[in-house]
Amino acid sequence: MAEVVLSWPTKDKATAIGKRVKRLDGPEKSNGTAKYTYDINLKNQLIAVALGCPHAHCKIKSLDVAPALKVPGVVHAEPLRKSGDEIEWQGEMLAVIAAETEAAAREGVAAIAVEYELLPVFVEEDNLAAAEKAGRTSKGGGKVQTEKEPGDNDDEDEFADKEIARLLKEAAYTVEGHYGIDPITHCCLEPHGSTVEWKDGKLMVHLSTQNVSGTDDGFAKDLNITADDVTVHCDYIGGGFGSKFAPDYWGIAAARISKATGRPVKFMLQRDQELKLGGSRPSGYLHVKLGANKDGVVTVWDSQHHGSAGATNPGGISHTVIPYVFTPKNYRRLATNIKTNHAQARAWRAPNHPQACAMTQTALDDLAMKMGADSLDIFLKNLGTDDAPGVSGAKPSVYKAEMEIGAELIGWKKLWHPHGKGAAKGSVVEGLGLAIHTWGGGANQSSCTVRVHPDGGVETFCGTQDLGVGTRTVLALVLAECFGLPYEAIKLTIGNSKLPISGPSGGSTTVGGICESHRRAGLDAFAQIAALVGKKLAVDPATLEAVGGRVQVIGNPAKSVSWKEACTLIGMKPLEVKGNYDRGTKSPLSNSQVGGVQFAHVAVDKETGVIKLKKFVAVQDMGLVVAPQQAESQIYGSVIMGIAYSLFEQRLTDPKTGAILNAELKDYKLARIGDIGEIVVNLYEPESERSRGVIGLGEPPVIAPGAAISNAVCNALGVRVPTLPMTPQRVLAALKAKA
Amino acid sequence: MKNFSFAAPRTEAEVLSVLSATPGETEILAGGTDLVGLLSQMILAPQRVVNILDVPSLKDIELLDGGVVSIGSAVTLDVLLAHPYLNPYPAIQQAIDGIASLQLQCQGTLGGEMLQRPQCWFFRDGRGLLAGGGKLAAEGDNRFHAILGNQGAAKFVSASRIAPALIALGATARVIGPGDEDEKIIPVADLFRTPRHEGERENTLLPNQLLTHILLPGYKPEAQARGILSSATYDVRHGAGPDFPLASAAAALRIDGGVVREARVVLGQVAPTPWVSTEAADMLVGWSVNETLAEAAGAAAVAQATPLSNNEYKVQLAKVAVKRAILRAAGLETGGL
Repeated sequence: MAEVVLSWPTKDKATAIGKRVKRLDGPEKSNGTAKYTYDINLKNQLIAVALGCPHAHCKIKSLDVAPALKVPGVVHAEPLRKSGDEIEWQGEMLAVIAAETEAAAREGVAAIAVEYELLPVFVEEDNLAAAEKAGRTSKGGGKVQTEKEPGDNDDEDEFADKEIARLLKEAAYTVEGHYGIDPITHCCLEPHGSTVEWKDGKLMVHLSTQNVSGTDDGFAKDLNITADDVTVHCDYIGGGFGSKFAPDYWGIAAARISKATGRPVKFMLQRDQELKLGGSRPSGYLHVKLGANKDGVVTVWDSQHHGSAGATNPGGISHTVIPYVFTPKNYRRLATNIKTNHAQARAWRAPNHPQACAMTQTALDDLAMKMGADSLDIFLKNLGTDDAPGVSGAKPSVYKAEMEIGAELIGWKKLWHPHGKGAAKGSVVEGLGLAIHTWGGGANQSSCTVRVHPDGGVETFCGTQDLGVGTRTVLALVLAECFGLPYEAIKLTIGNSKLPISGPSGGSTTVGGICESHRRAGLDAFAQIAALVGKKLAVDPATLEAVGGRVQVIGNPAKSVSWKEACTLIGMKPLEVKGNYDRGTKSPLSNSQVGGVQFAHVAVDKETGVIKLKKFVAVQDMGLVVAPQQAESQIYGSVIMGIAYSLFEQRLTDPKTGAILNAELKDYKLARIGDIGEIVVNLYEPESERSRGVIGLGEPPVIAPGAAISNAVCNALGVRVPTLPMTPQRVLAALKAKA
Repeated sequence: MKNFSFAAPRTEAEVLSVLSATPGETEILAGGTDLVGLLSQMILAPQRVVNILDVPSLKDIELLDGGVVSIGSAVTLDVLLAHPYLNPYPAIQQAIDGIASLQLQCQGTLGGEMLQRPQCWFFRDGRGLLAGGGKLAAEGDNRFHAILGNQGAAKFVSASRIAPALIALGATARVIGPGDEDEKIIPVADLFRTPRHEGERENTLLPNQLLTHILLPGYKPEAQARGILSSATYDVRHGAGPDFPLASAAAALRIDGGVVREARVVLGQVAPTPWVSTEAADMLVGWSVNETLAEAAGAAAVAQATPLSNNEYKVQLAKVAVKRAILRAAGLETGGL
């Protein structure tokens, strides 16, 4: 058998990879037959509902669940916390009630008797002075880098102070500003939760998870069983965004109650609990002084930022991504963490990056405004060259090419005007802005078992998950390419922890991982089949290809057998091949580090402060594009999410009580169809990118919208609205401050 | 949600017979778009829920003598929006259109929309309508709270998006109960009040009274002779979705020979009740509408505003809403997005 060479087909040869196809599970999702965890109801199940703490900071004086047991329909009541416990955020679960119906469970929750001792609340994550006064701050790290290095006898801090002061003084232009981005919640449409069942000492968990292969041990550990007795299942998930990697204590509680009652238990978070506990993105507020040379190239950056990730581990936005993408030669960046009375933040799509982008590329745009220069020129100048890059992540030449495409698509030349100098139509002004981003997206570990049946059927078994972004479609395209079959012919079994292990879907690592394992298995399987066909046709197996449902000598259909006929040569039993990829292994099939450029065109009503997106352009590289239609969808979704956090989304906490004020979907503002304008996506895939192999796309396109939209608003108004989301209240305040 | 008994009366009289005189014991269910959430959060925990959707008379839209349009309180908003009898009242159509949710329009009813409970987040968090005698809203996050009529404990804003239009148009309400024979016709504005203690709701109905119909004034010949009635609603909305407006206004003008003869201006989302601005209306009478006049009326409408710690921006928004509602009613360009 010829040695399998790992590669992707060239663009002209590919028959499935890179083709526009419909999402494989689209019909099931549209017609409701796709079952999400929330849809799973087991016979005789109990419904669990938890009591959330009404106070943001308190001590439990007493907690009695006994009254709940008197409520008709309540079967089980257990405290999760005890008297004397300190509770540090609103919504924390104190006790859980399981009942025959949700209504009975809720009534049971209302009957729980709790006494609280209230403690001081601190939730002002944007107020550093107040946080310091309240003793709520801690150092979040930082770094100083200067071209000139301190001498042996210099105090490093003093040297940095002096050097940065000198550079700022010598700068042709300086900008000083505040930029911020409020916390948002993950707001998963399907809340966190599970339906669990104990049967014969084994635990079956239907879990809404991004981590099918990796949560069984978490359940086992907390329940004193071994992971082989746990099965985790998730066919479809209604949103995770980085918040659904673990069983969570409510998942463990569900399993415990199921064991205690001998009945299946369904325990999904209530909507307000989802918004209070299910995950949030840390806030960030940055103060910067930057200096630039006469060309607008930033020579020195000096920033401090603060923010909060909650009460448990207050680490806010990492200083390592400040300033974002751009890497000035001299910089000082310091971070301060604030401990607030909020539940712990969770990874949110591209952790740190969207906030860093929004807090720093806005300052770069303010430099353009101060210089009276074209923002696109200033961004271009700061890219540097491939030999002397001024950016990290993608190459300057890639960003530049993407900027040129994006500028053309948004109509930059025709529509751009100096900041605040555009023509007004009544109270309405328009503006353009841009921002750039990067992300790793290297392949995760992934294993699979691919079976080719003697009748020609092909199926794969893989413990990955489809977060709704097209994992199934990608898998099918990869195997279809290997075997020359239509992608609909590939049968897929995923979403179960008993399947071959595949990594969690986090960090945009899924597409790379599953493409690696499946391309490897597919090439391997085809090589084995080619060996059999080669013998039959008396040709060198290395000269065979699978195309159009046939196995043929390359380019010669006359010398071929049908796929079905080829598979009959396998024998009586299916051919079973395993594919595996270990994270970090260098491979021609996958890669990491992408770049992207985004442009926004907005209209702003100066009388009301209302902003409307007219057009948004996203140019994105991702190496080899496996499924272009799904990739575009991924970017549309990212942009919509970006518009939401730029203009609408914020977790509102009452400063006095620490209560989350908008923990319901009717109050938590998101972008609607009428708010998103026209979105244009461009997949940047020249051969230089395509040949790099597959790179993850889940995160990068959600990073730049904040800065791009903020810059567009600034271009329209000639004044910066410093903090996202840019609500009408904030737009009016910024205009008033300028006046 | 607390268990409750469910009543499904078939006549107006049957509705009255199953309503309790004690506040909170019974709640009326129409479309349920607001009530179900309140029940599920246990903000309301009635012993009985009375469904009025099976009462045929509450679903009628009729043209009465003098061109009066009578609309049953259980008519859904989508039906109302599409009904030709509504064409002379664009302020109502625009208010419904602004709700921007097919689900809310198809499920929600006229009476339910008018009498929905306030959105105040302290109220919705179970802390009471007046939340600590108004302290929670006064000292906490009050960005969406009242800028007018907020000197007492009530800081919330009236939720109805249609009531300002109805009041501007001079609509009246038919209310029955508590006795079998009790029936009264009152101005729509009289359905609303600013509660002074937690025992009071934001509407004036007794727990065993029912809003059955809204009556829109018709086009009487003598009124026609005094000019054409035109009306409009303008919502300042943060986005295009069904979220509540940040401020809104309805204007009804009778214009004869290019001059305003009669005007009514009512603001929404700015006070614990729909807020009738005679100051704005008075500025319009005797003049022809232009942008300067409309802007001055807007300024007059908010001249007495007393914003809270974090909602001064709403003064500007209310001013713009009034200006643009007047311009729209007069058939002029409103500006904006």
